[in-house]
Amino acid sequence: MAANPMTQFEVYRIGPEIKINQIDISFTNASLFMIISALSILLVFNLGSSKKNIIPTKIQLLAELSYSFISKMISDTAGNKGKPYFNLIFSLFMFVLFCNMFGMLPYSFTVTSHIIVTFFLAALIFIGVTVIGFMKHGFGYLKLFVPSGVPLVLLPLIVVIEIISYLSRPISLSVRLFANMMAGHTMMKVFGSFVISLGIVGGWLPLSFSVALTGLEILVAFLQAYVFAILTCIYLNDALNLHH
Amino acid sequence: MLKKIIFFNLLLSTFFTQISKSAESGGMPQLNPEFWISQIFWLIISFGILLIVLSKFILPKIRNNIELRKSEIVDNIETAEKQKTEAENTLKNYDELIRKSKNEAKNYFNDARKKIIEDIEKKKQILDKEINIEISKAEAEVAELVNKAPEKIQKIAIETSSDLIRQLIGEEVNNSSISAIVDDLCKKNKGKYYGN
Repeated sequence: MAANPMTQFEVYRIGPEIKINQIDISFTNASLFMIISALSILLVFNLGSSKKNIIPTKIQLLAELSYSFISKMISDTAGNKGKPYFNLIFSLFMFVLFCNMFGMLPYSFTVTSHIIVTFFLAALIFIGVTVIGFMKHGFGYLKLFVPSGVPLVLLPLIVVIEIISYLSRPISLSVRLFANMMAGHTMMKVFGSFVISLGIVGGWLPLSFSVALTGLEILVAFLQAYVFAILTCIYLNDALNLHH
Repeated sequence: MLKKIIFFNLLLSTFFTQISKSAESGGMPQLNPEFWISQIFWLIISFGILLIVLSKFILPKIRNNIELRKSEIVDNIETAEKQKTEAENTLKNYDELIRKSKNEAKNYFNDARKKIIEDIEKKKQILDKEINIEISKAEAEVAELVNKAPEKIQKIAIETSSDLIRQLIGEEVNNSSISAIVDDLCKKNKGKYYGN
């Protein structure tokens, strides 16, 4: 029978074991693909920004379109106040997108299919947004949990629900990305192994499924990066423009 | 149809056995905390480098490029509009010039025409005057001739009549009496010979 579809998510050490105070920070395949993603983003956007043509070249057009895409996304969701956070959201979107897309290559490793990575990013966003909210509004930021126009009787319940929903933001944000990536890649692996197990006679059906899934997964890879970035923008908007 | 259903069942059953197998044999590697710290460490490094390089070097350049293009396009549109108005003005001037020169040409033509007509008129008048003078001179001569003619005729008549008389009667006759008779005859017949 074919290999376990979950083996593709296994992390293994590349090179020697590095330990600082008993903490293992060895270079792994996950680290390799993080570095590859980051470097390829830098490469693409460096190439796209080095020339100053009035009529842009293809790669320049790509860089500038991505720039205006993210810029529009921020101004649509968080308004003008969100502009200082452009760099962070641009990097976040590109990092998640490139990690997802590199995961689509055969024999590669999907960084974002690991809950710890997505959770760390989501926690970073959550803490950052909360800090920004308290810095902008002081304790007035707590008004976020008290929606206006709610009957006084229901207020304690609503506040509890609001607090829970606020605290579950990093979990929903991270699990959404992680689960999408993992499920898609598992499905592809399973269908791929069907092609082998059913052979030349019956393998065509799972093969066509696999092809269709590849297209779907590329879409999901983009979509999840977009969702990740736009949810960040929405949380940022809550922190910047407190309206409830 | 039956074959299809069997085939599909086979497919589904293999799918589920595969998944259950995978679940049995160790579950998700994601939940194994062995490399969590390492992943977080390398995530911080790679994402940190990405964020710093992008925000310090690359994104400002892209922003610059976009703004440069925008301003350049606006500038180009402005110059294009300026040139357009200039071209329109030039065209207007050109039309004006052509209209003026056409008018001028017409004026010249008219002037020349008038001058020539005047010249012709003047010359004609002068010529008419000369012709009139000539005519009046000729008329005067004719009138003189006409006036002088009766006297001469009278003289000739008197001479011929005195010669005739001398040969007829061989005697000198007084010229004055003959002339008186001729005058008388002339006066009588004047209307006959010189009537208009």
